[in-house]
Amino acid sequence: MIRLRGVHKAFGSKVVLNGFDLEVPDGATVALIGASGAGKSVVLKHIVRLLTADRGSVTVDGQEVAEMDQEALYLLRRNVGYVFQFAALFDSMTLAENVEMGLRRIPGMSRQEIRRRAFECLELVDLGGLGDRYPSEISGGQQKRAGIARAIATRPRYLLYDEPTTGLDPVTTTVIARLIRRMREEIGATGLLVTHDLKTAYGVADSIAFLHEGYVRAHGAPGEIRTSRDPAVRAFIEGAPELMEAVT
Amino acid sequence: MRGKTLNIVGATGRAAIRFTASVGAWGSLMQQAIRGLRTFGVWGRLVFDQMRRIGVDSVPIALFIAAFTGVVLALQASYTFTGAIPLYFVGSLVGKTMIIELGPVLTGLALAGRVGASIAAEVGTMRVTEQIDALETMAYDPAAYLVLPRVLAGAVMFPAVTLLAAALGIVAGWLTAIQLLDMSTPEFVKGVEIFFVPFDVVFSAIKAFSFGLAVTSLGCFFGFHTRGGAAGVGRAATSAVVASSMVILVLDAFWAAVLL
Repeated sequence: MIRLRGVHKAFGSKVVLNGFDLEVPDGATVALIGASGAGKSVVLKHIVRLLTADRGSVTVDGQEVAEMDQEALYLLRRNVGYVFQFAALFDSMTLAENVEMGLRRIPGMSRQEIRRRAFECLELVDLGGLGDRYPSEISGGQQKRAGIARAIATRPRYLLYDEPTTGLDPVTTTVIARLIRRMREEIGATGLLVTHDLKTAYGVADSIAFLHEGYVRAHGAPGEIRTSRDPAVRAFIEGAPELMEAVT
Repeated sequence: MRGKTLNIVGATGRAAIRFTASVGAWGSLMQQAIRGLRTFGVWGRLVFDQMRRIGVDSVPIALFIAAFTGVVLALQASYTFTGAIPLYFVGSLVGKTMIIELGPVLTGLALAGRVGASIAAEVGTMRVTEQIDALETMAYDPAAYLVLPRVLAGAVMFPAVTLLAAALGIVAGWLTAIQLLDMSTPEFVKGVEIFFVPFDVVFSAIKAFSFGLAVTSLGCFFGFHTRGGAAGVGRAATSAVVASSMVILVLDAFWAAVLL
């Protein structure tokens, strides 16, 4: 289980997280929605200690992430697959080499095993024939899928998705959403999905948390969020800034 | 007037704080890289590729600069010495200068431009496109994976390229002496041998080693701290070249004061 309790984070004078609480139960997929720049990606970065909280607690499987030594941190990171917003593929490597990178950190895996697993992961995201291509030679949607293949290669227990459908056309968005569902079914990973794409959030998440002004303002099943009467949630869902003015 | 003075003092103070913070951050990155030495599996196979990129690929530009420097040194020495000093001293000046000063410094400055900018741009692009974050999420230590192979390759290859360049500079000076000046090969060789001591080669290699460390580590440092997209990458590359060039000149003076 991933648990964030009372997390505060500021960059200079800009407060991004202000008493942020969230739990992601084992086996569930939780979507974190909120406006652009609200701090959704910042939440994900705390879970793998790319950032550390100014105050508050971030635990994974009961272990405080900020207090982990390097060995424990590396073990955690091997158990967490991270899908970056712009894929963050290594542009000097082929797709297969990208997927192999995480596998090379697993002790005892032979070259053949690494190669085979990388191929399997690319197959799983329907990129089986493109292992020898470089990221610059494939489309944005394929890059996102390659990013997912790289994230699942180590068979992580947790998958963190950072805006996996941003900038994609509706068809590719649906493909990615189906892929996220498939990842849960096939590898059984617990997921935290950061997005402002409501269709994807409704389609893949067991519950949805709404991040507003640094804290979780609403959290519930997709149906509850969809019918929420909270003006901030309504403003976000309906894309109506005039409703937001009533909140502020 | 008082306000203006205070502004200048304030600006100087802020610049000093920024400089000190940067030196601290560079030191911290190097410490992290040194700690990464124990993870040979992460960086070991990358060193040879970096040696090729930093060293072998830099040989043409280093030799080009050294060859023309050797030619110019021979011609200017002849111009200065004619009628006053025996002409075989042209060999002394070309040999001594190429080995202990112009070989290492010109090669260092050329490689600061070529290697320093390239490292800063590459690592900086990785930073702004989250590739360094991706490395970290896959349980890699970015200092061991990115910094260590480059710094080690620089430390090994800068002396090698420098000594090669110095040798070619001397050969170019010799060819100039026998083709364009009224000198014979024995005269030129006599001039080279008169003031040559083996320590000169060691001195040159020590300087080049320190230049290699400076250029590669500063390239990595500015790359690591890149912010702000394409413009930020450009700034990182420029900063790496400027800082490396300045550090090379400071180190040049430092080694001359300490070792000569």
